[in-house]
Amino acid sequence: MSKEKLVEIINLKKYFHVGRNEVLKAVDDVTFEIRRGETLGLVGESGCGKTTCGRTILGIYNSTDGQVLYNGQNVHKMSSSEKVKFKKGAQIIFQDPYASLDPRMTIGEIIAEGIDVHFKLKESERIARIDDLLEKVGMNSDFRSRFPHELSGGQRQRIGIARALAVEPDFIVCDEPISALDVSIQAQIVNLLIKLQNQLGLTYLFIAHDLSMVKHISDRVGVMYLGSLVEITESQELYRKPLHPYTKSLISAIPIPDPKVEEERQRIKLEGEVPSPINTPPGCKFVKRCSYAMDICGKVSPELKEVEKDHFVACHLYK
Amino acid sequence: METAFRPVAVENKEKEVIARESVSYWKDAWRRLKTNKVAIVAIFILATIVIMTIIGPSISGHDYKEINSSMINQRPSVEHWFGTDALGRDIFSRVWQGGRISMIIGLTGALIATVVGSIYGSIAAYFGGRVDTIMMRIVEILISLPYLILVILISIILDSRSIGTMLLALTLAGWCGIARLVRGQMLQLKQQEFIMAAEALGVKPWKIIVKHLIPNCLGIIIVAISFDVPGYIFAEAFLSYIGLGIQPPGTSWGALASAAQQTFIFHPYQLFFPALMIGLTMLSFTLLGDGLRDALDPKLRQ
Repeated sequence: MSKEKLVEIINLKKYFHVGRNEVLKAVDDVTFEIRRGETLGLVGESGCGKTTCGRTILGIYNSTDGQVLYNGQNVHKMSSSEKVKFKKGAQIIFQDPYASLDPRMTIGEIIAEGIDVHFKLKESERIARIDDLLEKVGMNSDFRSRFPHELSGGQRQRIGIARALAVEPDFIVCDEPISALDVSIQAQIVNLLIKLQNQLGLTYLFIAHDLSMVKHISDRVGVMYLGSLVEITESQELYRKPLHPYTKSLISAIPIPDPKVEEERQRIKLEGEVPSPINTPPGCKFVKRCSYAMDICGKVSPELKEVEKDHFVACHLYK
Repeated sequence: METAFRPVAVENKEKEVIARESVSYWKDAWRRLKTNKVAIVAIFILATIVIMTIIGPSISGHDYKEINSSMINQRPSVEHWFGTDALGRDIFSRVWQGGRISMIIGLTGALIATVVGSIYGSIAAYFGGRVDTIMMRIVEILISLPYLILVILISIILDSRSIGTMLLALTLAGWCGIARLVRGQMLQLKQQEFIMAAEALGVKPWKIIVKHLIPNCLGIIIVAISFDVPGYIFAEAFLSYIGLGIQPPGTSWGALASAAQQTFIFHPYQLFFPALMIGLTMLSFTLLGDGLRDALDPKLRQ
């Protein structure tokens, strides 16, 4: 795997105005990079801004501040012709396979949507391409004339993947592609994603909240808490040696499939609830639930620092 | 044990035979509508009424304008199937002639309201923000005007009581309901992930409207039409009843009922037939609308 950066996210902010003088900081000053050919996992609990972050990276949402560079180009400041090119290169797979396919279109039409925008093909070539994509995601060509409502959740998610692959992208944001599926299907979809990555040299931003699945698929993992990135490092390193107190508690919450070990191990339980992301006070966002909290934590928000090689943490515990 | 479970070897070609025939969205909706007996009866009644309004006036052998002073207020008989009115005119012919006017007003009124309302509602929803706010305030003002006042004003200003005037008066504020409906549906659709997916693929906005937004609104629009038609028929009947609608010798179901009402203790059949037609038509359209709503809702699929 190369170290070449495909996507660079620099001080990205996405705020939503939710009322008079109330600002929801969904993504608050996030900086990281996605390297060509890797899978970057992004984890965190519900409402911590993972999905917003993924969508802002793709330019579906406008950013409030900061930059997203794709191959060195700012995604949010592209001309319309550059935007078309970017949309051919970067795609998204959605969480809910029921909401992400138009119920009035056939599977063939859904997959062809991107082909029609970016390629000029003859009808026979177009059909051949749709069949080829269906085969790539493990389905046969008689699904082409079916409707989404005739398909199961796993099959629909495969169609979602085929639609994203149709424009031959090199970067795909997988926005919790497996969390709406049941466990046996989850493994199928993850294996399919891995297979496609090996075949086509794809780069993934894999958003999820299932830590063991993220460990399985990701090369590196970033942990988000309330809109901020608190830790990012290589996948094995993160699970072996989590540094941020929040990551530690997350890792300790993964169940171990051995009752004896499970019984003896110590879990780090978090006190309290996730604070509201609206009008957050200054300082570290985790301070109220952190057992290591110091005076400085309530005043200055920690910056993401490289504590060890390729291991970035935003915490005052590490200098 | 090894033989307990064996994979059934199914060739790919056989698989295609096993898979059930793929049906299009509209075919599927029609298939489900067909299983709804009430809706089918409603369609049958409506078809009969429409056919009768076309051929009815000429099959009884009496012109609807033909006055016969020796045959006034006759009961239904072999000669006059629905009887005659105070001027000796054949009620059978008049009911179907009146049905023409009522149907024309019902269908075109609903069509105009739907087209105008859908376009207005889509524009408001698609652009959103301030455009949406201003457009929806206009709708609220129009909806708050009592339509009777509008009708009286318009018939005074235009100095006519033709079908055109009545249609104009009825649809002037009539599209507002559909505009609200379509706007609501579009706002909801705009948030859907398949719209976001199309945007992420680089599909152009007008194509998103044509390929995604409008087809997904069509269901509720069709249902709204079927609920709107009886509304217009009833509004016309009401206007004719109070003397603001169709003028003699032209007639409509409402005008017929209005004329019969004065003597209805002595000649109840003169009121019965137009009232029956109004009732049947409204009931059928409402039941058909109900059936369509069930058939077109993807969530009710089996």
